[in-house]
Amino acid sequence: MTSLVYIAFQDNDNARYIVDAIVQDNPHAVVQHQPAMIRVQAEQRLEINRATVEEKLGREWDVQEMLIDVITLGGNVEEDEDRFALHWN
Amino acid sequence: MAAKRLNQKDKYRCLTRDLAWEPSYQTKEDIYPYERFEGIKITDWDKWEDPFRLTMDAYWKYQAEKEKKLYAIFDAFAQNNGHTNLSDARYVNALKLFLSGVTPLEYQAYQGFARVGRHFGGAGARVACQMQAIDELRHVQTQIHAMSHYNKHFNGLHDFAHMHDRVWFLSVPKSFFEDARTAGPFEFLTAISFSFEYVLTNLLFVPFMSGAAYNGDMATVTFGFSAQSDEARHMTLGLEVIKFLLEQHEDNVPIIQRWIDKWFWRGYRLLTLVGMMMDYMLPNKVMSWAEAWEVYYEQAGGALFKDLERYGIRPPKYVEQTTIGKEHISHQAWSIFYQYSQATNFHTWMPTDEELDWLSAKYPDTFDRIYRPRYEHWREMQARGERFYNPTLPMLCQVCQIPLSFTEPDADTTLSHRSVLHAGERFHFCSDGCCDIFQYEPDKYVQAWLPVHQILQGNCGGGDVEAVVRDYYNIAAGFDNFDYQGSPEHQRWQQWQGDRPADFNTAG
Repeated sequence: MTSLVYIAFQDNDNARYIVDAIVQDNPHAVVQHQPAMIRVQAEQRLEINRATVEEKLGREWDVQEMLIDVITLGGNVEEDEDRFALHWN
Repeated sequence: MAAKRLNQKDKYRCLTRDLAWEPSYQTKEDIYPYERFEGIKITDWDKWEDPFRLTMDAYWKYQAEKEKKLYAIFDAFAQNNGHTNLSDARYVNALKLFLSGVTPLEYQAYQGFARVGRHFGGAGARVACQMQAIDELRHVQTQIHAMSHYNKHFNGLHDFAHMHDRVWFLSVPKSFFEDARTAGPFEFLTAISFSFEYVLTNLLFVPFMSGAAYNGDMATVTFGFSAQSDEARHMTLGLEVIKFLLEQHEDNVPIIQRWIDKWFWRGYRLLTLVGMMMDYMLPNKVMSWAEAWEVYYEQAGGALFKDLERYGIRPPKYVEQTTIGKEHISHQAWSIFYQYSQATNFHTWMPTDEELDWLSAKYPDTFDRIYRPRYEHWREMQARGERFYNPTLPMLCQVCQIPLSFTEPDADTTLSHRSVLHAGERFHFCSDGCCDIFQYEPDKYVQAWLPVHQILQGNCGGGDVEAVVRDYYNIAAGFDNFDYQGSPEHQRWQQWQGDRPADFNTAG
């Protein structure tokens, strides 16, 4: 059985850029669109990088800002100033 | 010289660990008396890490922003009479179940976290519980605000707190949280943060809320997703606490395993209600209960338990029964509510032809064989003017408090019923899972407040069920309940649709 990590966002303007950044940095990620939400899942590990999100948004972005748009997640969390990662051991 | 800005890790340390102090005139044992009586061994609280490293200043900032977004949508929804743009008024009955069932649970969660947050010796865990307590209080408030708009236009939402304490099916969620809150602090966290929030709330707040959006209910999807965004932190707290406890001492492993077994089963039974809401109460359906269980439990939970294997933790006991049960529980629950609709605060109905076909497609191995014939029989009765209402009171499971209506995992047309003798009295259960929970702590569960027993003992007023429902539950017969077809609510909905200007009338 595979070990998928996942994160879901509200389908809004902010989250669309975060999802774009995830897709760029995690080519193995799978994006699923469902009513009012966007769900991203990936085998073993998924990373959100502040630099990539800032590039997509065109403004400064604090990693903890994602708490506003996130709906749910699955996996062990690692967070620092530059990155938010989900993984299974 | 400008003060150096602290990095996130240092700021987190300053605003959690540095807020704690070493006691000088009391012992830690006296200050945190509940830390030991469950047998859990903590050797070093400093190993605790809050993975989000969220500090109070950042917490207020982001929570305030979430609130502003949420209430802007509530306002817009109310101003635009958003309730008239729902897919169908039947949908609101799912909301009645959700708002009267879940809102008081949020309040219980708030009380629970405020209490256990006081009783942990570790500052990191105390701060995390404090934030979660505030989150849960926020969820109660947002749900009451969502309810207030619906309460102006629909029936049955007039007295949720009173109903939570009294109505028979609301004793199912109520007893779940009361069971958790009367346990020790570590069992409470395993029950709520880990089993309920990490493993199970996704099923309540993600596919169902996505379904709310699909049925035009922007108010509900917004409070649901806003609450679940807090849950993302709570789930991480849940996983962190489990890993922390498992790493602290090997003696903790069998205790945690038993709690996981217990609370997984209790949570699974509780979610029966959500399965019914998804399969039967959303007019526009997103995914079936079975599909949601596969995505949010089997895949996600499978990965989680594979991750926990290194500590010696195995998947919850009886998990294989849920793989079988996902094909049945939503139909069995809808059957219960259909026949006891006279004793609830919402309406039920028989699925339309189109909905029956959707259920057949989603449940090819079970629906046409077992449930469609039952529904067709009830539909025929209803067509003859003999809508079936069950006049008897059901037998309840002593632990989950759901009427004994589930079938055996290996015989899907045989009623599942277990019973044990304890202190000269016989107790009844819906499953091996609930029976095991009782047998481990019989003295706790013999005290369960079972609505049917209480009615029969005369503790709920009234000489008959009608009087209990009217006077003790505060539910108006024929107004708040019974079949949806022809109800005052159905008539009002049809009138709204008829009153709409032709340009806006997209129905049909």
